[in-house]
This record gives sequence, structure tokens and C-alpha cells, in this order.
Amino acid sequence: MKERKEIIEIKNLNKWYGDFHVLKEVNLTVKTGEIIVVCGPSGSGKSTLIRCINYLEQFQEGSISVEGIDLVNDVKKIKAIREEVAMVFQHFNLFPHLTILDNLTLAPIWVKKMPRKEAEAMAMKYLERVGIANQANKYPNQLSGGQQQRVAIARALCKNPKIMLFDEPTSALDPEMVAEVLDVMIELAKEDKTMVCVTHEMGFAKKVADRIIFMDAGQIVEENTPEEFFQHPESERLKLFLEQILSH
Amino acid sequence: MAVYSKKEARKAPSNVKGLTFWLRENLFSSPFNVALTLLGVMLLVWVIPPFIKWAYLDANFAGSTREDCTGGGACWVFIRMKIDMFMYGFYPSEFRWRVNTVYGLFLVLVAAFRYLKSPVLKIVLAHVYFIAGFLLVHGGLAGLEVVPTDKWGGLMLTIMVAAVGIVSAFPLGVILALGRASHLPIIRSLSVTYIEFIRGVPLITILFMSSVILPLFFPEGMNFDKLLRALIGIAMFEAAYIAENIRGGLQSIPKGQYEAADAIGLSYWQKMFLVILPQALKVAIPNLVGVSIALFQDTTLVLIIGLFDLLAMVRLSAADSYWLGYETEGYVFVTFIFWFFCYMMSNFSQKLEKRFNTNLRK
Repeated sequence: MKERKEIIEIKNLNKWYGDFHVLKEVNLTVKTGEIIVVCGPSGSGKSTLIRCINYLEQFQEGSISVEGIDLVNDVKKIKAIREEVAMVFQHFNLFPHLTILDNLTLAPIWVKKMPRKEAEAMAMKYLERVGIANQANKYPNQLSGGQQQRVAIARALCKNPKIMLFDEPTSALDPEMVAEVLDVMIELAKEDKTMVCVTHEMGFAKKVADRIIFMDAGQIVEENTPEEFFQHPESERLKLFLEQILSH
Repeated sequence: MAVYSKKEARKAPSNVKGLTFWLRENLFSSPFNVALTLLGVMLLVWVIPPFIKWAYLDANFAGSTREDCTGGGACWVFIRMKIDMFMYGFYPSEFRWRVNTVYGLFLVLVAAFRYLKSPVLKIVLAHVYFIAGFLLVHGGLAGLEVVPTDKWGGLMLTIMVAAVGIVSAFPLGVILALGRASHLPIIRSLSVTYIEFIRGVPLITILFMSSVILPLFFPEGMNFDKLLRALIGIAMFEAAYIAENIRGGLQSIPKGQYEAADAIGLSYWQKMFLVILPQALKVAIPNLVGVSIALFQDTTLVLIIGLFDLLAMVRLSAADSYWLGYETEGYVFVTFIFWFFCYMMSNFSQKLEKRFNTNLRK
């Protein structure tokens, strides 16, 4: 493996929702171009963890730095980090009052101050890549779930981010549509983008992940390469989890 | 290979269609509904024919004096002779073309809105319209003689108070709604205090305050137009109600929309104006039009501070000793005018909802 530098560093992260301790002493380092899959039972804090990375969630203790920028409560730093980090949500969160094309060009035009023509050309390029360029002038509600999620991925790509966060991108989809979204994600994984995916798609994890992280009760329990992760799980909790998730 | 051809939908069974079915289902489905239906029909028979007889069959339309009203029905002659008063108040008749021009320009504005795409241009044009309209009606520029606001009246005043009230209250309402939804405690409590204070006070009190109490705080000799004071009061009052309606819209927007806007890097104002407000306002359209209709009707309250709107003009005309005894005609006329405008507004609201509906299916 070639020498890569750290792009995300999470140190001793602690977060509480009221009295509930969601994240406990989480440490995680992600290197440029790495593909990390985070899995674990529901309520284990995996979504919360990746939502901390672009500051959709605030944390009480510890530190996160992205591309050397320390994430603190400072509008400029948050903005700088959000320039580099794009996110794909479980429920797509497309803007229903805008057409697909306008959904994609919103950030380039208003945040990056790109001329409209240029932004539209770029948006079309990404729509082409996710295979829905012919839907550009429709509204999100006219598309199927799988198509909407592919639009959401294209929208994230339009920021040309260094890091892509995926928060359970396939769990709100009909089973038939999961594959079309995973295919797009696999294509992305082949490029040199850093990706952190919260997902239960173990096939995807086996195929593309550099490392798989297993979380339970707010802690990282195990962290390993896909081969080791599936063949030699160490903790009892992970063995049980894998048994349940792979038995069907 | 199977061949598919389009078939007509099968007809519904005969016992679930047709007039008899509709009557049975909607009017006579239970003894209680039978009673209600009969009562309703009786009421209609009791009210409508006499009204038609009074308002049309026995009514007098022609003529120009009280003596022409002989039929025993409505005397529409009264309305015809006083229509200028109802429409323009005491606005001098030789300058009424100025008011009519402003009405005409409104049509031009509507047409321009249809063809213009840029929202910035639309906003600029609307401002130009309001300022030009005011200058034209008020005069004082380019050789136009000044017509002081105390001469304004009738329907013209009603429309103006309602339009200026809504248009100027709207931006303030948006700011207040955003303030109330803000995470900053000072801004939030200021907005809440303002909204709750205004909503706890009747419009009539605010009008009194703006016309009687406010001048007490001004230095002696400083005189500040009565109509302008009333307009400021109305705009402040309506802003609180508009803010609450917009808040309702804001609360209907899922958290995911805020998160997505944050995640793509929009600033607070970009997030609000590009993503959240367009959706929230769309949800709030029916309520916002409701507020506008209520305001249109509430403009009649300006009478108590000595401004003569349409209703006040009718009352004044009915008190004319020559035309004594024709209030009913006057009030029926006012009712019709108010109904017409409110109906148009509510129609407009439905059109807007349809136009901004992006929840389309394939």
C-alpha cells in the first residue's frame, strides 16, 4: 500500500444526548482514499459518529480534525470542513421544491459562486455518471427511491468533496433498488475518494472496504480488514451480529 | 405473444350511480339527514324568492332621483348616483383618472409578472409600482396637484390600506417567524414578545394608539399623516399574524431538509431563503391568504380614526337627508363588493397552490 496521509482524525470523542452516553471514547483515523464501512446494531452510535464529522451533531469531549482543520464551534471552520465533506442521507433529503438539476447546482452556484452554465454542465456530467441525466428537469417526487438516492449521490459529488459520508444510503430503499445505488457507490470506490459508509450491506463491505469498523453501545468494538473481520471475528458481540446478519 | 389492447373501464353497477343514488347517499341517508334536507329546502324557499323579488323584479334601476323609485323593491338608483363616492370618497373628480391609471397599471404589473422570470426584477418592479402608484394618487410631482390623504376614501382607500398593509407586513412577518425559530435566545425572546403582545391586542386598539397616543410622543407641531400612522399600525399588527402562519409552515419542514442544506455548505441565510422558506411559504399559502382576506375586511375599522373606507362611505351616503332610508341597498352593495374581492383572493390562493405544487407523480 502506498504512503497515505491522515485525512480524518477522531480522538477520544465523547457525546451525550442528555444523560445518554452515545459515543464513548471513540478513536478513529481515516487515511486519504480509504474506504471505511461502519456497521453495528441500531442505537450503537454509528450514524451519530459520522454525523459528527460534518458537524450535523455537536460533541462534548474529544476532537475531530478533517484535512488538518480542527472542528470547533466556529462558523468559518465548520464551513471550511463542509466544503470538503459531502453527505448522503438515509432518506435522500432532496429539496422537493427544486428540479433535479437545481438540486445539484444549488451548492455550486451559491457556495462556490460558479456561473450557472458551468454548474449545469458539471451537474449533467454527474447525472450522466449515476445514469439519470434524462430526468434532470423532473422534481424529486417524480422519481423512484433508488433514482432519488442516485441524485443525492450526484448532488454530493457536485461539491467535488475529498470525503464522502454515507449514512445508511440503502436502508430506506425497496430491495430491488438497493443494487442500483450500490453499483454507483462501488464505481465511486474505485476512484481515489475517501468514503465512510454506515451500512449493513455486507456484500458491498467485502467488495470495496479497506477496513470495517464494528460499533456497539457507543464504542468501537472491532476494526479490521474485510477478510479478518468476517473470518476471524474476535468479540462475542461481533460473532453474534455476523451470525444474525449473514444467516439469511 | 400476448397482445394487449386498451379496454374501456367497466361501468359501475347501476345502484351506485345516477341522480337517485346521489340524492339517497347525500341528502336522505338517515332520518336526521332527511330532516336537515327538508329544513334546508324550506329555508331556501323562504329566503331566495323574496330576495329576488326585492333585488330584481320590483327594483328600480333607471332614473336619477328619489322619485324614480316607485316599485317597492330595491332602489338601485341610490347606488348609481352615489357610486363615485363609494369608489373614490372625496377624491376630486377631475383627478380620478390618476386613481384609474393606478388600477390600470396593476393589470400591466400582473402581465409583466407572467412574462418576467427573474425574481429580483419582479421585486424591483413591484416596488416601482407601489411608489409610482402612491406618487400618482398623492400628486406633488411633475405638475400633479397634491390631493391630501384625508380626501381619499371609498373602495380606493380600502384596497390601498389592505394592499399596503399586506405587502409591508410580509417581510416583517418573515423576519419575525425566522426570529421565533432561531436558536439565539435574545432574538427568539424578542420575536416571541412582539408577536404575543400584538396578538393580545385588538386591531382597533392599535389603530387608536397609532392615531391618538402616538402623536403625544412627538414634539409639538410635528404632524404625521393620519393615513400613514394607520398603515404603520396595520402593518405591525398583520406582521405578527403572518409570522405565526409562516411559523406553522416552518414547523412542517422535516429536519432532513435543514441537515441537507447544512451538509452541502449553505450559510444560514442561504439555507433559509433557498431551501426552507420556499417550502414553508408554500405550506402557508392558504393561511396567508386567510390573513389577507381578514385584513381586507378589517380595513373597515379605519372608520374609527376618521378615515372613510367603502363601508364608511356607504353609511355616510345613506345618512344623506335626500336619500334617507336606503341603507339596505347600500349594505347589500358593500356585501357584494367585499364578497367579490375575498372570493377573488381565495381563488388566487388555489391557483398559487397549484402552481407551486411540485409533489407531482409520474
